[in-house]
Amino acid sequence: MSATMSAPSSTSKAAPGLLDLDWRRIGKWGGLCAMVMVLVSLIGMPVGLERRMIIEGRLSLGYLSLVWIPLLFGYVVSKRVVLEGVETPDPSARDVFAGLCTGVLSGLGPMLLVLGIDNFNLRDPLVNWGPQLLEQLTFGRGIGFGVAAWFGICAVLGLLGSLMHVLPKDVRRVVSFVTYGLLFISILEAVISDLSEGFGLESLTDAMYAKRGGLTVKSSIILVVVIGVFSILTKGRLKGATSRYKELQGEERKRASIVLFSGVAGLCIVLPLFLGKIVNELLANVGLFLLLALGLNIVVGLAGILDLGYVAFFAVGGYTTAVLTSAESPFFTPELHFGFALIIVILMAGLTGLVIGAPVIRMRGDYLAIVTLGFGEIIRLLFMSDWLKPYFGGAQGITNVPPVDLGFAVVTGIDPRSVFYLVLVFCTLAIYVSWRLQASRLGRAWMAIREDEQVAEAMGINTVNAKLMAFVVGAMMAAVSGAVLAAKVGSVFPNSFMILVSIIILVVVIVGGMGNIAGVLVGSFVLIGVLGGPRQPGLLQEFQSYKLLIYGALLVFMMLQRPEGLVPSARRSQELHQEEFLQDAWLKGEDHDREETEAVKQPGAVSGVEGEGDPA
Amino acid sequence: LTAIINRQSARRVSRVDRFLTFIRVFLVGLIVIGVLAFLAQQFIPDNPFARWRNPDAMGLTADQFKGLLMSGLSQGAMYGLIALGYSMVYGVLGFINFAHGEVFMAGAMTGFIASEKFNDSGLWESNFLLCLVLIVIMAISISTLMAVLMERVAYRPLRNSPRLIPLITSIGVSFFIQNAVMGLFGPASKPYPRLPEWLAKQRSILTFEIAGTKLLVLVVAAVSMLGLWYLVESTKTGKAMRAVAEDKEIAALMGINVNRTIVTTFAVGGAMAGVAGILWGLLFRSVTHMTGFLPGIKAFTAAVIGGIGNLGGAMAGGIALGSAESVAPLVILEPLGVPGVSQLKDVVAFTVLVLVLLFKPSGLFGERLSAEDRA
Repeated sequence: MSATMSAPSSTSKAAPGLLDLDWRRIGKWGGLCAMVMVLVSLIGMPVGLERRMIIEGRLSLGYLSLVWIPLLFGYVVSKRVVLEGVETPDPSARDVFAGLCTGVLSGLGPMLLVLGIDNFNLRDPLVNWGPQLLEQLTFGRGIGFGVAAWFGICAVLGLLGSLMHVLPKDVRRVVSFVTYGLLFISILEAVISDLSEGFGLESLTDAMYAKRGGLTVKSSIILVVVIGVFSILTKGRLKGATSRYKELQGEERKRASIVLFSGVAGLCIVLPLFLGKIVNELLANVGLFLLLALGLNIVVGLAGILDLGYVAFFAVGGYTTAVLTSAESPFFTPELHFGFALIIVILMAGLTGLVIGAPVIRMRGDYLAIVTLGFGEIIRLLFMSDWLKPYFGGAQGITNVPPVDLGFAVVTGIDPRSVFYLVLVFCTLAIYVSWRLQASRLGRAWMAIREDEQVAEAMGINTVNAKLMAFVVGAMMAAVSGAVLAAKVGSVFPNSFMILVSIIILVVVIVGGMGNIAGVLVGSFVLIGVLGGPRQPGLLQEFQSYKLLIYGALLVFMMLQRPEGLVPSARRSQELHQEEFLQDAWLKGEDHDREETEAVKQPGAVSGVEGEGDPA
Repeated sequence: LTAIINRQSARRVSRVDRFLTFIRVFLVGLIVIGVLAFLAQQFIPDNPFARWRNPDAMGLTADQFKGLLMSGLSQGAMYGLIALGYSMVYGVLGFINFAHGEVFMAGAMTGFIASEKFNDSGLWESNFLLCLVLIVIMAISISTLMAVLMERVAYRPLRNSPRLIPLITSIGVSFFIQNAVMGLFGPASKPYPRLPEWLAKQRSILTFEIAGTKLLVLVVAAVSMLGLWYLVESTKTGKAMRAVAEDKEIAALMGINVNRTIVTTFAVGGAMAGVAGILWGLLFRSVTHMTGFLPGIKAFTAAVIGGIGNLGGAMAGGIALGSAESVAPLVILEPLGVPGVSQLKDVVAFTVLVLVLLFKPSGLFGERLSAEDRA
């Protein structure tokens, strides 16, 4: 902290000449940027993602995977740490120049790579080292052009990145609106064309999107203008609307919430009718993972128990359903109805939650994580083993799980829309349960345990029982999701329940915002919907082989930069940024005499807590 | 009133406790019955108890048993080497570096790439020992670099955050490295070149038949362990490491560069994982990007068994886990009539972890943690 504090303040005192830059910093970030670009190229993203077009003939996802890097680094290198009480210099031409230098430096990465591929053959260990990558990096126009172009592109992008600090706020807003809007519309291509077909507006999307995917140049120009105008018109209104909503109290708030909720519900019910099979399938997957994520949100987000073996409950749900309803299940011949099986599934999940939870509940948080991970693997290995083959079918799993017959409709995997509606019902239930639980006595107990287990126990909370309850509730939600999955796919295999699933759900919960239902919703729509689940493709199907990489990088990035997630829960972010809150309080306290005594107390309280830890 | 509350809370807790006792008794009972059945089948094959669960049990010959033990030992030695990294990092920083298995995988991968190149140039055949030394050095440097980078990029900014946050970060790091390696080198399983005949052949030592490779693994593991022991117990760096593990703030006040010591800890752990990676490659002769996952978790198990933060314990825990994993399926599960026991190897390893944490959470040899982590 102190290093970042002193660095900007010392440079601010020096004479602000254009060349008087922090060259070491530029060198560090520029070099890093070059290395990241080389790494991304060698991992194969530019070539693998080439097929997907963002703007037809101009920008493909492949190039996009490289282009964002200098932009981001240019932004980062000229960013100044803003600290209360420390003078922050205004952004100036020097910052822009720093961004430019970083960009030029990062051009070294593609240059070295191009020259390297041209002269050496490292194809043997590095699978992507080859003519395809060379072709891609030189834009198919020879090495000289490629090298020069990359220097130019990187310099411009670095410049643009750093310009974001200098531009006036309104312009920045328009630019970011346009960029995100274009990306958004291009990514949602499948959804939008499905919708327009449903409403009989094919001609519109035919004009908008090119035949081989991606926006056409003309339509993207029009869109830029439209979104730009839109962003200028709506300036300040979106924020105003949300803050107005937040300020509402009592009855009015309730009424506004009901309007909002019924609007969302109506959309959820009506929209799938106009969507095609692929998008509905996608929505059904999002729903399944949302259900899982809601359960994990209770365990990790509310109670603060890091359960890495969460997939075990998913597996229990799937297998219980398969055994009870399938005619092919090895030892239980009667075919139960899905609804009846579901009751048993929930009971089984609760039981498994207790059995797995009880031994681990008193362990240290990190041991618990590894042990639950072990349990997750054990359950999968047991389902796969020859030993339990007479019960669960071994590696072949159980096939022929019948579709759900609801009397008025049949939910099968062939008709993803019906699966989506079924999942929607369960998700709504789960959201309601989580929402009610959050404010309940149990929910408050969970949050107290998350913040400090010993204090919670001292306040009279039975921590063991509360944590077990979290396990059980989470397990039940996961099991329901597993049951629907079994009915949807029509079979269960042990390999659908790898540890990978737990970790992906963990990423969804963390990226969305731990302990916040809205966050989990956003997380599952953005991640599962766009990137896809462990086996299920998302909107960007080309990401199939890179999505796990992106999940990993996202997890690290979020933990470092924004541990409270995209949509933070107010309480959780206070916990995570306790020091900063206290510091702010302290700085504010300096101005007011009355608050001074309190402010002195607060830092004292923190050091007191730390001090208590030592002798214990 | 307090008495009622006390009684109530006592009763509530006891339900979980009773369940735990049940699990303990059940697992121990299972082990005892399994071993007894095994012994019965071994010595009095016609006795009804021996035939009770598994009428077709053949028992094991002495040679088979020794073979199992030897492969368990050599695998355990590898777990031990990886476990050292977990143990040291946990001792100093108090969190599980989940990505340590990936450091091990990077070592094995480097070994594969280098040995393949050597094999192409013919050096592998003509001068195997030189190649071995070279690939070990390369693997150590890559693994060390990786561990240090990991610390710098992902863990240092989180030095003072709650314990679970660096753990979650390390899961992300692990995921990232796995998939980056898959992207760089492809998903196919990569075979190490053939080992020279004089190394791979069976040798007999004290009536123990052992493949030369396994012997090599044991010797290299022992040498690395001794080297590490010397480093930690008898050098200034080691003293600094122990001091930082005990209390970072006081160590800093004593003039120890805490940051550098932490980096050294990661580096040493990474080096050990690199050695283990090469040994893995020589023993199993195949590497994929997923190679680090299971051995990583098992190595953590080994570190817990030995008592986390305790280096000798980590090695002993590794060897105990390796032998348990290789012997227990045949000695405990087979006599109980469980078919396909070799599939349950990993189940045994995780059950051992649960058992240790149920009976003795501080490990067999006692954990060595800093004052704040002990809480």
